[in-house]
This record gives sequence, structure tokens and C-alpha cells, in this order.
Amino acid sequence: MMGGYGDVKLLNDDGTRLDGRTVDEMRPVEIKAGILPAAQGSAWVKHGLNVAVVAVYGPMEAHPRKIQRQDRAVLDVRYNMAPFSTSDRIRPGFNRRSREISKVTAEALESVVLLERYPRSKIRVEIEILAAEAGTRCVGITAASVALADAGIPMRDMVVGIASGKIQDTVVLDLDKAEDNYGQADLPMGICPNTGELVFLQMDGDLSIEEYNLATEYNYKAAAEIHEIMVAALKDRYDGGEA
Amino acid sequence: MSQGQNGAELRLVTPGSAIGPVSGRRVGTGALIQGDEIIATRVGHVRERHGTVSVDPVASCYMPRSGDLVIGTVIEARSNLWFLDINGPFQALLPMSLAPWKVEFGGTRDHADINDSLLMRVQEVDEVQNVVATMKGIGLRRLAEGAVLNVDVQHIDTLRAEGAALLKRLRDLSECRLVLADNGRLWADGDAAGIDWLRALLRAVAAAGRSDRFEAILDAHAANAPNQGDA
Repeated sequence: MMGGYGDVKLLNDDGTRLDGRTVDEMRPVEIKAGILPAAQGSAWVKHGLNVAVVAVYGPMEAHPRKIQRQDRAVLDVRYNMAPFSTSDRIRPGFNRRSREISKVTAEALESVVLLERYPRSKIRVEIEILAAEAGTRCVGITAASVALADAGIPMRDMVVGIASGKIQDTVVLDLDKAEDNYGQADLPMGICPNTGELVFLQMDGDLSIEEYNLATEYNYKAAAEIHEIMVAALKDRYDGGEA
Repeated sequence: MSQGQNGAELRLVTPGSAIGPVSGRRVGTGALIQGDEIIATRVGHVRERHGTVSVDPVASCYMPRSGDLVIGTVIEARSNLWFLDINGPFQALLPMSLAPWKVEFGGTRDHADINDSLLMRVQEVDEVQNVVATMKGIGLRRLAEGAVLNVDVQHIDTLRAEGAALLKRLRDLSECRLVLADNGRLWADGDAAGIDWLRALLRAVAAAGRSDRFEAILDAHAANAPNQGDA
């Protein structure tokens, strides 16, 4: 079995997962918008045991000038895991993983942000993972979307990050740490909930077409739920929580 | 839902939310047409006026337009021009030919140095957002006294509404001279107590985020204002 540890038991005898969730059940999600007074926009997202804080600055003049684009803004995304975010201390600073996640997150968000409104400028998105369980890139994308909306950056839609995967030959939604480490596959997606567009997709491990379709179905269902929480967080900030 | 000034319900939308079918309506700021539907591109309140649907954003940044009155901060002085931060995505440049002083080549810093605040007008904004400012005009000058405070750009229309009634109340309560610029900067000149009161008020308004709460927050802060007269 590729990418898995077949002898690690991740499902209970009654078909539930080790933390008691059903296969299509998401970890609890909490979102707050506008938590950092110094930033133009900010968000705090708790997804399971993951905690992410995102700050958005700009649009601002892009420096150095060689990075400027004459027809649109540059989205400068920096994803970083705090040294204390996992039980093993993470060496501070950029590494290959954080560079890769920064790049794919920027590409996902570029699909929805109307960058052509701000030629020659830069929008800075700082994603800081304070606590990591599994699926931090998805949490970062969700939090960045809320922070961009909070900053008043025009967007066609918001992006929700969510992952499904496979454990013990069973497709499950929203992998936790054990499932991510010992599972057989992981399928993170960035979904625009209003248009249904898929703007970010990665796959680690092997899934059959049927398994892929089921995982996608789980992801879309969860994205709709998370989107409601995102909208509620923004309404709570600006409209006193009234719908 | 919150209530607008005339009591009408204001609907808060988020990016990607469907506002409604196009059906002959035009689209203003903060919205765009996707298929047959008008969708919001920002967090804000939906407004429909004269067949145009737009979204009044609850947060936005300053976009310079020709003719705007702006307060800029000098961030760089070259031999014949200044670069200024105008609280927007783009810096403005002020050539020495558009300054109110007789400037000699290489002597720009004698008139306006780094961190100085200048009251200017936007002379020109081209298609790639190069911004040229001018200080030739009545009242345009270097702001040598007072303090420059930040006002969220979306609150400027509220302050200027109904003959700038709110701005006049601010002036009377704080006992400060005020100049409100289009780029979300307010120059206040007066006693330190008045400026501190203004700063606390604007911070509270920024935290609330909504323009329609400005007056209520001002009422709440009025008891601490330096001027407790009939203002």
C-alpha cells in the first residue's frame, strides 16, 4: 500500500475514527475577523487543534521595483510555522516546505483577488501557524481569505481550504495528525464556495477515481459549512452578528 | 441587517455573495456581473440607486483621483522632486516646479524634509497609477504644527455629509482646527487634550468599522471632550 502504514489502526470497529468522528465529519472550526489593529485586515482561525493568524497589509507600493507588475498587483504570501507550533521545535525562518506552501497559497488566492485594480502595487499576506495538528495549509488559505475580505481587497469569491484523505482503505474528511501521518492518501483543495471553482489541488498518495470523487464530494460539503462560518465571522465584525 | 440613515435595511454582503439578477441594472463599485447575476466583490452594504447596484465597503484603501485634497508624508527627497506616502497603494511625486517655494536644484530638503507632512492636491493620475501632486493652490502648504490623524477612508463621506455636520461637531468638541483630506488623513491643530480626544474617538470608530455608528460613538465620547459647551 503506497504512502500508508497498513498495520496502524485508525478506525474503530464501529466505523468511527479514533477521535469519535464519523468518516464525513469535520473537526470544529472557529473564525474571528479583525483581530490585529495594526493590519488592514486580519483573521484568526481554529480548525481542530490548528490555530492560524493571518494579517494583510496593503495594497502598498511594491519594493524592490523589479517585482512590480505594470498591469496588476503582486500578492506576496508568506506562510510560517511558529517554532512552538509542534511538539518538535521548528527552526525559525523560511524552509523548503514553507516556500512551497507560500507559493501554492498565493496561486490559489490570485485566482479570486482582483489584482488588476492595483497595478504596480503589492498586497502582503502573512500567515502564521501558531499550533499545528494537520492540514495547516488549508487553514492558512481559509484564514487568508477572511483577512483579505476584512482588508477590503476586492475578490470574486472567497477560498476555503479543506482536505480529505484515505485511511484503512476508507475515504475520510479532514484528516487529523495521526490520520495524516499514518494514512494512505491526502487530498487538500481550495474551493470557491459560491462559484464551485477549484483553485487549489494537491494529492499525496494514491486514490482510485471513485475514492477521488468521494473525497471531492466530502471537501465540497465541508467547504460550504466552513464558508458559512467565514461569512458569520465577517458579519459579526461589521454587522454585530446579524445576518 | 442594520439600519441606514433613512431607516431602510442595509444588507451586508461578503465577496462572492449573489446580490441578485442583472435584469437591466447597472453595476457600480464593489460588485461585478458573473453570468446572469450581480455578485459582491467586497464586504459591505448593498446600495441600489437609479438602477445602479453597488456595495459600500466597510473597509477600503484610498485610490487617488485627480483633484483630490491629500496629506502626504515625505519619504524621499531627490534633487528636483519629493516622493510622498499618500496612504494609498501608490506613492505620489511632487516635482519642484509644482512646489510653492523657490527651490534650487539639490535644495529640496531645505523646504520639505523626510517625515514632513504636506497638504497637496493630486494633479494627475495616469493609467498605471503614477500620481503627480501639486502644492500650487490656495491653502496648500507644509503642515508645520498640529498632528496628522488617520480616518478610515470609508468614513470620509459620513463626515462630509449634510454640510459636514459631523466634522463641525468634531471641530467644536475638540476645539481644534481641522482639515479632512480625501486620503484618510485628518490634520488637527489645537491643544494636546483636543488632539488626544480626537485620536481616541477615531480609534474607537475604526474598531467598530461601520460608518453608520460614527455618530453614536461620537455621542458616547462627547462627555470627555475638551469643550463641554453647547456643541
